[in-house]
Parts: sequence; C-alpha cells; structure tokens
Amino acid sequence: MTDTATRATAWHEIVLATLKANDVKLVVYVPDRVFTPLIKAIHADNFFTTFAATREEEAIGIISGAWMGGVRGAVLMQTSGFATIPNALASLVVPSQIPALIFVSERGTLGEFNLGQALVCKTMRPVLDSLAVENITITRQDELAFIVDRSIKQAVATQAPVTFILSPLLTGGKVFEA
Amino acid sequence: MTAKPAGAIGAHNAKVMNRFDLTKRLVAQLKHDEAVIGGIGNANFDLWASGQRPQNFYMLGSMGLAIPIALGVAIAQPRRHVIALEGDGSLLMQLGCLATVAERAPKNLTMVVWDNGIYQITGSQPTPGAGAAERPRRHAQASRIRNGRTRNRARRIRSVHLGCGGGLVGPGGPADRGGWGRLGPLGRAVAGCSPAGRRGHPMEGTGPAVLRLVGRRVHQV
Repeated sequence: MTDTATRATAWHEIVLATLKANDVKLVVYVPDRVFTPLIKAIHADNFFTTFAATREEEAIGIISGAWMGGVRGAVLMQTSGFATIPNALASLVVPSQIPALIFVSERGTLGEFNLGQALVCKTMRPVLDSLAVENITITRQDELAFIVDRSIKQAVATQAPVTFILSPLLTGGKVFEA
Repeated sequence: MTAKPAGAIGAHNAKVMNRFDLTKRLVAQLKHDEAVIGGIGNANFDLWASGQRPQNFYMLGSMGLAIPIALGVAIAQPRRHVIALEGDGSLLMQLGCLATVAERAPKNLTMVVWDNGIYQITGSQPTPGAGAAERPRRHAQASRIRNGRTRNRARRIRSVHLGCGGGLVGPGGPADRGGWGRLGPLGRAVAGCSPAGRRGHPMEGTGPAVLRLVGRRVHQV
C-alpha cells in the first residue's frame, strides 16, 4: 500500500491508488453510474490502459488474455452485469486459475427500485460461493485500501479470482426518488 | 484425436477447403512464437491436433471468448502476434467483441473465423446467420470491418472472406457467389491460394473466413 492510497479521501481515489500500487495496468469496464468517478479518473491516468467492453463476459475474456500475457487486469461492472459472467468464471477464470480482479457496484439493496437488480444482488454471492470464488463486500472506507490491497496480492499469489462488492454504504449508491 | 493426412479430402469435396488442413497449414507457418487462441469446439480440437505448442491456449467452455482472450493477449504483449481461431456460431454469441476490437485496433491481432454456417459439433444445426447473412454482415461493417476490396477506406481492420458458408463477414467473399476476396500473405499461406475453393458450397468442416488486421506483423507471418 502506498502513501497515496492512505492519503486519498474518496473511495474511488483509494481504489485507483491501490490498483496502481499493485501494478494493475488494464481496466476493462461496462459503464455504471456509481463507478463513473472511478472510470473517469482511470481514463485520466496514463498508467492505465482502459476501455469499455460491450458485455461483462467479454471484459472477463479480455483481462484473462492479458493475464496470460503477463499483465494484471481488473473489470468493473454493476450488479446486473454480474449475471452475464458465471459461465466465464466457471469455464475460464476458475479452471485456468486466473487472478481476475472483479469490482461490482452493488445495486439491488439499500433503496433499490429495480427488481432485476435486486434479484441478481440476491443470487450473486451464492453463485460466487458455489464456485469458491473469494468475494468481499466492502462497506467502510477505512477498510477499503487494506482489503483491496491484500486481496489483490492474495489473488496473484494464489492464482485465484477475487470479487469486490462495493456497497452503497461505501459509494453512496444510486439515489432514487421514492 | 487422430490427425487426418492433409490429402485425405475425398473426391466429393475436393474443391472445398478443409478446416483441419488449413489449421495445420497455419500452425506450420508460425515461426515467431505467435500466440494462438483456439475457440470452443472443433476450432480448438483442430488446433490441438495440429501439434501442441506452449503458446497455444485451448479454450473449453467459454463460448464466444476466443477473440476477447486474444485481444487481451495482444494488448499485454504488443510485440507478439496473436491469432484467434473462432467459429461463426460462437462469434455470433459475442458479436460485440468486434466493435471492441475495431475500437482498440491492435496491429498484432488476427482473427480467423471458420464460417461453415453450422453448429457442427452439436449436430450441424444451421447458425442464425447461415440463411440470412445480411444482418451479421452489417454488424461487422458497423464495426468498421471490411473485406479486402475496400481496405483503403477501412484502415483499422481488414477482413478477407476465404470460403463458402453463410458469409458472416465481407460482402465480396462468399465462394458460392464466385467471390474470393483479396488474400494477403497470411491468407495465401494458410489457404494455399488455390482457386479450387471458389465454387464450394456450405458443408461440414469447410468454409473459413479470415478477418485480418492491418499491420506489418501480419505480413511477417
């Protein structure tokens, strides 16, 4: 962990600094409103190669190939997008032992209006658990840098994927008028 | 899998290109540690049967992800040439990846699409694009992918349609309409540039299309 990571004040600054400190150079995403400040900041930083994929599953394929080529990669998605990737996890990431770093903006809880998001939110953790994929829900900013930093190191050392579920308690989530 | 000898094409299809034969020719051309990603099903099995290499990745199960994986390798290792071997059926499952590739425009990526118009491994059911090729073809065009005849207008990606089948990409190519496209060195090396394939028709194990990116490294293959 770097000084930058500990000095950062916003959650997205901490995530960016921790990715950078761990040499995660490739970030592929499917856009999300809550992740927008993180996506913008990553685009603005020449350290990263970053671009949108058309589908979350495609993003998983791209960072898997990058790992094979020796580059660490992360994917960013929202909760409903997670529903597109279980096959890629079960057939590619897990059996090929790829340390995919998966950041999910948690929707479907704490004030969600969209039933589709809510249902994926309820099934996401059981799916990850059944695949034995490490998944950590992050709610507190004071734990964010520690969790992300240590988990990236564990993912690389053990060649296993990790999923970071960023709770609205951390990010503020998406706000709707009731 | 037992490797079929290259000359084992029967008289009934002697004028149609054979996917396994082309895969073997392609692998034989690799002299610079090129990475090859085999797509799901027979594309993968043909790659395995063409001689195992540590630079090959034999993908199982992740239908449609051969090209995204190859794109990731190409981004990670810009000095290495990367080749994806994909079928038309699985490409249809992840057509959006063509837009992503067009946007990134890596010069070291070659995508080979074995376009036989069928899901051969599951019993040769026709693919959705086989009977009405226009829609996926337009999609490829929307992704700024063109066939060799229009390459000057499409600087980012060139595609060359080698054979018969549904014509997934490239309006100039379907062999059943007499088209042959314009083959570059890689296409000629792989296909042998024989005119014998021109009058073929869709059938099992035949009918590849090659999507090829602009770039000098392609010419070194």
